Amino acid sequence: MPPMNEKRADTRKPKNTKATIKRLMSYLNEDKVKIGLAFVCVLVSSMTNLAGSYMLRPIINNLVADVSAAERISTLVVNLVKMASIYAAGVLAAFFQARIMIGVSQRALLKLRGDLFEKLQDLPVRFFDTNNTGDIMSRFTNDVDTIGEMLNSTLVQIFQGIVSLIGTLILMFYTNFWLSIVTIVVAPIMAKIGTTIASRSRKRFSRQQAELGKVNAYIEEIVTGQKVVKVFCHEDQVIDEFETLNDSLKNAQIKAQFAGGMMGPSMNAMSQVNYTLTAGVGSILVVLGRLGRMGSFSALDIGGLTVFVNFSRQFSRPINELAQQLTIVMSALAGAERVFDVMDREPESDRGDIVLDNIHGDVVIDDITFGYNPDKTILKDVSIYAHPGQKIALVGSTGAGKTTITNLITRFYDIDKGKITIDGIDIFDINRDSLRENIAVVLQDTHLFTGTVMENIRYGRLDATDAEVRNAAVTSNAHSFIQHLPDGYDTVLEGDGSNLSQGQRQLLNIARAALSKAPILILDEATSSVDTRTERDINKGMDTLMENRTTFVIAHRLSTIRNADAIMVLEHGVIIERGSHEELLAQKGRYYELYTGLKELD
Amino acid sequence: MRQYWKYIRPHLLYFIFGPLLMLSEVAGEIVLPTIMATMIDVGIANNNIPYVISRMAIMFGCICVMIIGGLGGHYLSVTASVAFSADIRKDVFKKVQSFSFKNIDKFSTGSLVTRLTNDITQIQNITRMFLIMAMRSPGMLIGGIIMALRLNRSLAAILIIVIPLLGLTIGLLMYNAYPRFNVVQKKLDGLNSGIQENITNVRVIKSFVREKFEIDKFRRANTDLKDSTLNAMKIVICTMPVMTLAMNITMIMTVWNGGNLVVAGGMDVGNLTAFTTYIVQILMSLMMVSMLFLQSSRAAASSKRIKEVLNTVVDLTDDNSSKKDLTVERGEVEFRNVCFKYYESRKTNILDNINFKINPGETVGIIGATGSGKTSLVQLIPRLYDVTQGEVLVDGVNVKDYSIRHLRDGVGMVLQKNVLFSGTIEDNLRWGDENATREEIEEAADNAQADDFVKSFTDGYNTELGQGGVNVSGGQKQRLCIARALLKKPKILILDDSTSAVDTATEAKIRHAFATTLKDTTKIIIAQRISSIMDADKILVLSEGKVTGFGTHDELIKTNDEYRDIYYSQVDEEVSA
Repeated sequence: MPPMNEKRADTRKPKNTKATIKRLMSYLNEDKVKIGLAFVCVLVSSMTNLAGSYMLRPIINNLVADVSAAERISTLVVNLVKMASIYAAGVLAAFFQARIMIGVSQRALLKLRGDLFEKLQDLPVRFFDTNNTGDIMSRFTNDVDTIGEMLNSTLVQIFQGIVSLIGTLILMFYTNFWLSIVTIVVAPIMAKIGTTIASRSRKRFSRQQAELGKVNAYIEEIVTGQKVVKVFCHEDQVIDEFETLNDSLKNAQIKAQFAGGMMGPSMNAMSQVNYTLTAGVGSILVVLGRLGRMGSFSALDIGGLTVFVNFSRQFSRPINELAQQLTIVMSALAGAERVFDVMDREPESDRGDIVLDNIHGDVVIDDITFGYNPDKTILKDVSIYAHPGQKIALVGSTGAGKTTITNLITRFYDIDKGKITIDGIDIFDINRDSLRENIAVVLQDTHLFTGTVMENIRYGRLDATDAEVRNAAVTSNAHSFIQHLPDGYDTVLEGDGSNLSQGQRQLLNIARAALSKAPILILDEATSSVDTRTERDINKGMDTLMENRTTFVIAHRLSTIRNADAIMVLEHGVIIERGSHEELLAQKGRYYELYTGLKELD
Repeated sequence: MRQYWKYIRPHLLYFIFGPLLMLSEVAGEIVLPTIMATMIDVGIANNNIPYVISRMAIMFGCICVMIIGGLGGHYLSVTASVAFSADIRKDVFKKVQSFSFKNIDKFSTGSLVTRLTNDITQIQNITRMFLIMAMRSPGMLIGGIIMALRLNRSLAAILIIVIPLLGLTIGLLMYNAYPRFNVVQKKLDGLNSGIQENITNVRVIKSFVREKFEIDKFRRANTDLKDSTLNAMKIVICTMPVMTLAMNITMIMTVWNGGNLVVAGGMDVGNLTAFTTYIVQILMSLMMVSMLFLQSSRAAASSKRIKEVLNTVVDLTDDNSSKKDLTVERGEVEFRNVCFKYYESRKTNILDNINFKINPGETVGIIGATGSGKTSLVQLIPRLYDVTQGEVLVDGVNVKDYSIRHLRDGVGMVLQKNVLFSGTIEDNLRWGDENATREEIEEAADNAQADDFVKSFTDGYNTELGQGGVNVSGGQKQRLCIARALLKKPKILILDDSTSAVDTATEAKIRHAFATTLKDTTKIIIAQRISSIMDADKILVLSEGKVTGFGTHDELIKTNDEYRDIYYSQVDEEVSA
């Protein structure tokens, strides 16, 4: 899957630059007024800069003026006060500009991260099953980071650069029109070189961000499975693989950053070319003028040339600064594309608007067919009926499609053919959230959150009181071990609950479901790591848990499902037997063989 | 800084010549105006157009040198900073690979990932900036100071007051910014861990319809991060105005003092004008240098976090192992007075005074309540953790005396919480033995009852597994993990509840395969179902960290209350059915 994404992203890249910039800028929309204010500040500080330098001229002129020393000093004082106030205005403007922009950019980042996260909540389970956690993470960290760097400073600097560029250009034309032509000729060449470098580095920066994503994904995967690496003494191989990825990241980074960095020296050189041409052509013009060969054009003297040449030197500074920003802008655009790529993914479908209220829990699975990939069918023509309050067990060898059925009831995945109804309503017509609120699921893979034990159980029902949480823990038999934890219910669990045993984590998961009041319950190997005595102890609790709830149980410990109202035996995605425990035993079919250990399911 | 020297040394030439080549740009910028001056002074004065053109040619020559130097300098600087940080990343990763289980428990996955990517990127950026500006700014600075001193020493005295004052202010700002950036990185860690948790727990979130709850939680963390970033940036943004202010004050003082000098006749105007130019140059380059330092306060926060990983003491090594050449030959396991707890600070032991011995080739089942210490116990055999007291012996030798590689090569373990990696099924199985032939792989898979279902996939052993092996079911995943361990051909094989998702019938097959093909391998099996271990040579009953029974099924049924209780908890149900 990841390679496919990459391809898609790559082919989309070049033509979408404008759209990406536009979309990125839309995050600044709310703060238009503030940005306007910041730009005014930029204008003020640029102008005070010019004015400050300009003030030197009258000051110097005054010093050599033909008046008394005292008068010259007093004029100097007046001039310096003027200069000081211009400077003060400039400093204040610079400060406010920075202060405003920092708030604007941080708010934009906040919104961007928030939007990305909200989008993540909206994406179907399939997205998470097919994309690398590390690569998704990289979009939050590396990619958003580069955007942040750009918003922080680049915007203002670009504006500042353009202001000084225009200012200088105006001054040049004002000084000598003909000599300005030289700059006008050189400028498009500079622009051409600039855009060529930009578009070439653009692709390279996309590669850099993609490589960064890959390295991130690899690190994430290996660090998550670090204990397996250690058990297999696989450290050296892992390091080798990492080195390969790290090297290709290194190469991509060198290529991208060098391409971006070429802008500086190239632009600098071009502005020196401009400077040289201006000086040379200017000198020739002056000489020609002196020799009287310029006719009426010769308005250029040495003084004018000196001033002009200084302008053309000044001209290079903002261009250089603009070029410096390029690396940042390129990284940011590449990052933004990866962020928007996630935002543009198809969200989880939800066309239903029926809100379930006080349902009985009558579940009908009617002739469904499904495969995760179109070319591989997992379930074929499966039908299951569960009357309210019934306990339905799904039995079958690993990979037979038991979990898949629960994935479909909860609409983690959408059915290809057939339909599922709850109280006669097609689950597609039910509001997705409402559907899931009415189904409590306990999964085999235990998932806990960083936080206290109390918070983790309360996840099942947020408004539950402490006493209700405790009761749920008693029901699932988790209460006794929780009491033995250092801080009881207030013990903080690590992200994956690594300070608890697997069985204990499963008990917490059951407690979570016990707290929920959903009328439909799905237990997918919910007690696989719980020892049998504890399981027996919680059986009573489980009975209360399942009372008045339509329950689907997946278990291979057949003992745990005997008292089910109906047992479905699944093989290769097809139900091959159905009935109660006694009926199935009497049938002497697969279930009988399985139960008595006569035959294996595979 | 000293710690980074070893990463700089291999790229030393890049580190030196990158900035040096950048000097050509600085030199060019100084030389070009002087050539231009002769063009005007000589060329125009003599109305000599060929001379003007020849000067232009020289200038173009200079520009060529500048562009070559500039590009070369950039290339070398970029290469130096990227290679430097790639080496650091590699070493941090290597370090993580050398971590013990205890070390791994200490860092969260999210935080390790941020350190390896984000933090190293910060270091890389600052290094690149530093290299590119290293010669430029100081060159301009020193040049400016020399010129200013030559022009007028008394005026230059202003700099002696301003520069230290400026340095102090910048230092103060940095001093305040650094801890704030530390907070930022910590908040970033928290946010990232939250996102990561969110991604792995997506099914729970969706099934409980907690999207809004999670979004609210994220919003708080996100706002927190924004606020702490603002808090840090607030200081950073003060630098620019402070620097400008300093520059302005210097300028006014210079003009005031200089102006008085001029009026008194102690200095001519031309020199004053030149002097102000140098002042601007000095302060500008000073500004660049301090900006760089300020930027580095964020990098310093990142650097600290990287060093935290690099300087972590790996608390479980084989450096002091006395019998490094020894390999596990027979597969005998003995526990002598073993006590164990995960954290020194905990009062009670997880395992308390454990004594038992397993002979080579025996099959031993371990049974006990949830949280009784089964997993902790078996983890001590391949030395995933070190005992708190007592000793664990394999083939009569303390596990601490083996080299870790030899020990773990001899002890195959299927973890309870197991992971498959991206790549094909074959890639994953080869973790057990890189050089295994196809037959060996299929044989191991067959013994783990995985061969059939693998072959039912269109691509067979070349089927790609997604991250975490998501496209196989829980039971299939467990069987692949067993096959992977079998390929190691270990002398001791430990299964930590590794068939919990495998159906009974398949499990029986696996057991059968073990009994016939792994006769000489010592097998230690943790299980919930008595049926999984009933036929074992010995069964160890664990209760609250203590061994309460060790014997055959028949013996335990007679003598051990707890075992009987467990047995009947399972048989009872079957009977009552």
